[in-house]
Order: sequence, then C-alpha cells, then structure tokens
Amino acid sequence: MNAAGLVFSNIHDRTVPELTRIRTMASIPFGCRYRLIDFALSNLVNSDVTNVGVITHYNYQSLMDHIGGGKDWDLARRSGGIKILPPYVAAYENAAAARLYASRLEALLGAQNFINRCNADYIILSDCDAVLNIDLNDVMRAHVQTGAYLTLVTKRMSAADHKFTRERDIATLDENGRITEMARYLPREGEVDVSTNIMVIRRTDLQAALSEALARGYGSFHRDIIGRNLGRKLFCAYRYNGWYSQIDSLETYFSASMELLTPEARQGLFGGEGREIYTKIRNSAPTKYAEGAAVRNSLIADGCVIEGTVDNSVLFRGVRVGRGTVVRNSILLQDTLVETDVDLHCVITDKNAVIRDGRVLSGHETMPFFIGKGITV
Amino acid sequence: MYRKKECVAMLLAGGQGSRLYALTKKTAKPSVSFGGKYRIIDFTLSNCINSGFDTVGVLTQYQPLQLNDYIGNGLPWDLDRTFGGVKILPPYQGQNGADWYKGTANAIWQNMEFINRYRADYVLVLSGDHIYKMDYAKMLETHKKNGADCTIAVIDVPLEEASRFGIMSTREDGSIYKFSEKPKHPDSTKASMGIYIFTREKLERYLREDSENPNSENDFGKNIIPAMLAGGEKLMAYPFTGYWKDVGTIRSLWEANMDLLGEHPALSLLDESWRIYSRHEAAPPQFVGADAVVRNASVTAGCEIHGTVRGSVLGTGVYIGRGAVVENSVLMNGARVEDGATVRYAILDANVTVEKNAAVGEENAADRIAVVGADCVIAAGTAVPAGAMISEDDQRKEIAK
Repeated sequence: MNAAGLVFSNIHDRTVPELTRIRTMASIPFGCRYRLIDFALSNLVNSDVTNVGVITHYNYQSLMDHIGGGKDWDLARRSGGIKILPPYVAAYENAAAARLYASRLEALLGAQNFINRCNADYIILSDCDAVLNIDLNDVMRAHVQTGAYLTLVTKRMSAADHKFTRERDIATLDENGRITEMARYLPREGEVDVSTNIMVIRRTDLQAALSEALARGYGSFHRDIIGRNLGRKLFCAYRYNGWYSQIDSLETYFSASMELLTPEARQGLFGGEGREIYTKIRNSAPTKYAEGAAVRNSLIADGCVIEGTVDNSVLFRGVRVGRGTVVRNSILLQDTLVETDVDLHCVITDKNAVIRDGRVLSGHETMPFFIGKGITV
Repeated sequence: MYRKKECVAMLLAGGQGSRLYALTKKTAKPSVSFGGKYRIIDFTLSNCINSGFDTVGVLTQYQPLQLNDYIGNGLPWDLDRTFGGVKILPPYQGQNGADWYKGTANAIWQNMEFINRYRADYVLVLSGDHIYKMDYAKMLETHKKNGADCTIAVIDVPLEEASRFGIMSTREDGSIYKFSEKPKHPDSTKASMGIYIFTREKLERYLREDSENPNSENDFGKNIIPAMLAGGEKLMAYPFTGYWKDVGTIRSLWEANMDLLGEHPALSLLDESWRIYSRHEAAPPQFVGADAVVRNASVTAGCEIHGTVRGSVLGTGVYIGRGAVVENSVLMNGARVEDGATVRYAILDANVTVEKNAAVGEENAADRIAVVGADCVIAAGTAVPAGAMISEDDQRKEIAK
C-alpha cells in the first residue's frame, strides 16, 4: 500500500491565538522539544509514508525554519520526501483563486498539483492539533479491508473525563463502525467518537471529489465532501485507542502538557518500539542540575540550567532557572530565562521570555498566565 | 575535479586505547562516550568545523565499525559537503601489497593522495582522543605568520607529569630546538598536544624519507619531528592555555566527565559560540519523578530518574529506579539502575543493567573507579567492588564455568 501524506499546518490556528499569533498551529512548541507537526510527520514516517506535502497558509516562516530540508524526519529525499506547499493565489484579481484559501476544501484545491503528481494509491490527510502516536498502516489496512470510500480516525472520549471547552467534530457510528452522521458540537455528556481529522482516501477518489467540488462550487470538506455523501458512500471510522490529546485552546495546551507528566501519556506518546517522535535537532548540551536544584515530577529538555526548584512543570530547551526560584505547574518555552527568587505558578512563557529577579506571577489551571515571546517581566 | 582547500585536516582515530580496557573492547578510543551525549571524537570534529576547516580525513584502524557508523556522512558536524567534508580513510590494499598503518606518520603517508587532490598548502594533523576546544584557524594564522615548516600546539604541564608527554624545548621566539618523547628528566614543561600543522611540501618530503627508512617506527613524535629538527627546518611551538585532557585512562576519563559538573565547571558545553556537535538519538525529554533527587548532575534526553543522582553524568536514555542511588559516576547511553541499587565512583558503559539492590563501586574510591563494560548485567543483590573491571566476555566465561 503506497500512500502520500498531506498535512494541514494552519487549519486550527484561531483556537490558540496566544501561541499562533507569530506562528502556525503546526509550529507550536509542545512537550519540551517538539513542535505539533512533529507528531503528524513522525506518524507518517514511522508508517513508511515518505512522500509528504505540508499545506501552509500564512505565518509559515517558523514552520519552514523548523522543517528545513526535512532531514531530521528522514524526509530529505531525491524521490518524494517533504514538500512545503505555499498557498496558491492567482496573480489576477478576478481569477478563481484570487485570495488565500479559507477552508480545508479550498486548501486541498490549491494542493491539486501535489495530489495529481504524487503517484501514490492513497492519501492520508492529517491536521496538526492532534498529539498522538498512531500506526497509520493499521488505519490503511482497515481502510482496504472495509472497502471504505473514506476512513476517519476517531477517538472515543467521555465528556465527564474530558470537560470539552470547544465544539468538536463528532461522528455517529453504527454497530459496524460505519459513520452515519457527522456533526460539530460541544459534547456535554456520555461517550462520543471525536474526529482526529486524520483520514485515508484513495487518491483517485480524492481527485474526483475535488473536480466535483470545483464544478459545483463546493466550499466545505465536511459539509460537501463528507456530509452530502454519508448515505451514498461508505465512510468508516477507525477507533484509535491510544493516548490522544487535541490542542484547541490555551487551556487544553496547558492540560495536555501537564498530562505528559503521567506515565500513561509518556508511554503512549513516546514508548512505542520503533515509533520515535522526531524533531529538529538543536545540538543542546545535556541539562545541568546545580547543587541547589530540587526538581520533582517534571519533564525537562536538554540544554537547561537548573539552580532552583521545579515542580510539576515542563521545561523546553535552553531554559534557565535561577537560585531561590520556584517554578510550579508551569510551562517554560525555549530559552526562557527565569532569574533568582522568582515564584511562578500556572504560567506559560513563550520563547525567550525573561522573568527578572523576585517577580511573583500566578495564573490558574483553567486560565494559565501567558507571557509572550521575548517579553521581559 | 576537487576544489582547492588551503588546509586539510587529518584526524588519527585508529588508536585502540588499551588503557580504557573494557570500554574499548568493542570500539576504538575516539568513539568512547563522553559527557552524556558525546563521543570523544566530537570535540576534534567540532573544533574543525568551528574553525572553518571543512575537509577532514579520519584515519581508522582498530575496531572501526562503531566509528564508521557514528561519523557516517558527517551530517551532525555539518561535514556532509559536496566539496570536501569528512572522509573515512581505512588502511587499504595497494599494488605493492596491503599494509596496516604502521605508525601515525605512516598513516598520513599512505593517504598523501587524499591531501594532494585538494592541492592543500597546509596539513593539520590531529588525534581523536583528547577533550578540548581550540580554534585551529588561529594556529594556522600563526603558522603562516611565522613562515614555519611545522607548528606544534603545546600546553604547560606540571613538571612531575612531563615525562608522560613529548616535551618541547623552545627559544624565546617560540622556535623549537629540542624535542624529547617521554623524557626521564624533562628540561621543559611544554608538552605536545599531538596537534601539528605542516606546510605540505615539507611534510611530504619528510614522510617519503621516513617511509624509505626500514628502522623507523613511522611515528610523528619519535621520527618525523626529530628528523625535521635535524634537517634544520623551522619548527614553532603554539602555546594553548585552555582546557585540554588526554582521556586515555579510566581515571582521566572519569575526571574529565566530572570536570563538567560544579558551579564553575572546568569544561563547559553550554557555550553557544563554540558548540560541540554530536550524532543525535531521537529520545523523549528527560523525566524527573516525584521522589527523585537530582543535584550537581548533567542529564541527557531520554533519562527517567526516580532515585537519587548526585555528582554524576548521565547519557541518553538512562533509567534510575526508585530508591536507587547514583553518586560520582558516569553512566553511558541506555544504562539501567534498578530499584534500590547503588552505583558509586563507577563508569557504566552503554546498556549496562544493575539489577535491584545490587551495588557497583564504593564510597570515596576516586582512585579505584569500578568499570562495567557494555551490555553487562549485574545480578540482583550482588556487589562489584571498587576498582573492578567487568566486561561481557568475562561474564560469559564465568557463566560457561
């Protein structure tokens, strides 16, 4: 089974405005050393999908900087490999594509060149807001076995445990795993099958669907390609049962990061044999713990220098925590400098933030205090 | 067609490092792990690229598999170049028979063609078994300014240790008038660091003459340098004052690792302007558990710590179980210290497992470091005394008995 991957790097940008003001969803830093796109790319590579297009929209400089030639994911290839697909905008005002795409379907229409030329039997579509470690070969096998037109990866979640804060795409399934309905709403009770927006479709079927969409002027993938066809074609769900988190707000970013402190999440995300998560290599030195360091229940990247106390926190590469400083329940992004005698609680700092001596900052689990990139407090 | 390079670096990496015993049973000394995520050779390779030298020949001989794998196409050091880059140069079979590299000078002589195809004006000869950060470009500048035929980097060593090194006696202008290899009664404290810059024609001439001398040991220190001195060539000493450590013994390897620790470490790897690059393993971030104590330690990605770690250097993916204590030790990639085990004043090579409640090494045993070779398993509840040296081969023989 030969598949190509298409990754949407921007689709959910608006959900975490704090972190996406200066970057795409795909390049949001997550889990000490990764960017969200690393999970999508690693899942593809670990499933032997090595022909990958990354659909971009705006603000994709940090993303291009992160991906480079693709070597760190073993995607620097003569044949296939990773291709950044900048948005397709026609040069003439009155042309069909005279503006930036506004939906998943329009984005796909802009990527038709890649789809037409990628020479794969199947296309795997993936967003960047999902954090999971999934074997896509399993999904493809299920797709072929059921003879589905489209297979959607879903995760069964209970509203009570997850306390959803935003609407999700929810699939209704019959007893055979066939999707009978798709709807977007905020689940308040019971168990629901949440869409991860990872989908498999035969390339020729996708090409035909895109031609039809163009011909009929369709605008929405969910409404027009899925919704209109639910009764006519076979849409199947693949129920993924591993660890899964979807980042759809600063709160979920915070809680998903904190969940990484549990062995279940770490095992689920990083524990698979031969299923490593790859990221851009930064050549940081090992992390130094000083004599006065007290670190407990924390996830720490390389390149940090820790002289103070760190509890229940996630530290990215190159973070420095000074003497007498206490960092609790916080997420400090790359190269954050926390000087001496600082007290942080439920704080998220973006890259290169500086917290000067003696500052006391506190947020709450439901509303973490956010400090923007390069800001000095 | 090869682009001309002003200077080609030749890195001698064939040494066995026999005084590292169990650590070099399966690999050459330059590929022994250091400082958690590095290999010894990373320092020389990083120095090369940081100095702007992008053409490096690596001469291998002893147990080259790991070294070949590790260096690969040179990508981690930015040495995967279309013009130049890093090349592994093993001994080869020629028309006049096959020869192992008989000595350091012979190794370079056999690879003159590699140097000549870049039409290099200068040749930098390095050894892959020292830990230091040095700008070779400055040394080359000095070499050119002096109009020297050979420049040798020297470092001041304590007089009582001088007899372990090649010792240089110099005039006021830094020119060398005497070189003695491991002298019994040294008359200078300027020790050769094994770093030479030669003007290419001179090097080629002396190497040719040396190769025709059947009594020569074909060694730079023993033969080439004395011959050049005798021939009246201009040899200059280039003083170096930074951190430099020959990690040829268990004790010095352990010490160099310990030099990374403390508030003002003798050797810092955090200097962004002179990064040390290494081949990277994909590993998740390090996790420090709720009951863990980690103090004065250097810890690498992939580690999971539930016990106590003090005064130690941990490589990639090390696991420290609950109630385990690791003190003043060096743990290489993938080492596993299970619940309740203790490791003190020890070096654990890659993928060593210390099972529950076992003990490796003893307290206050800096002069008797316990060493456990790669892939060994120390059985639950057993003790490995200070100064012991355990390798997988020995363990197998033990089991066979």
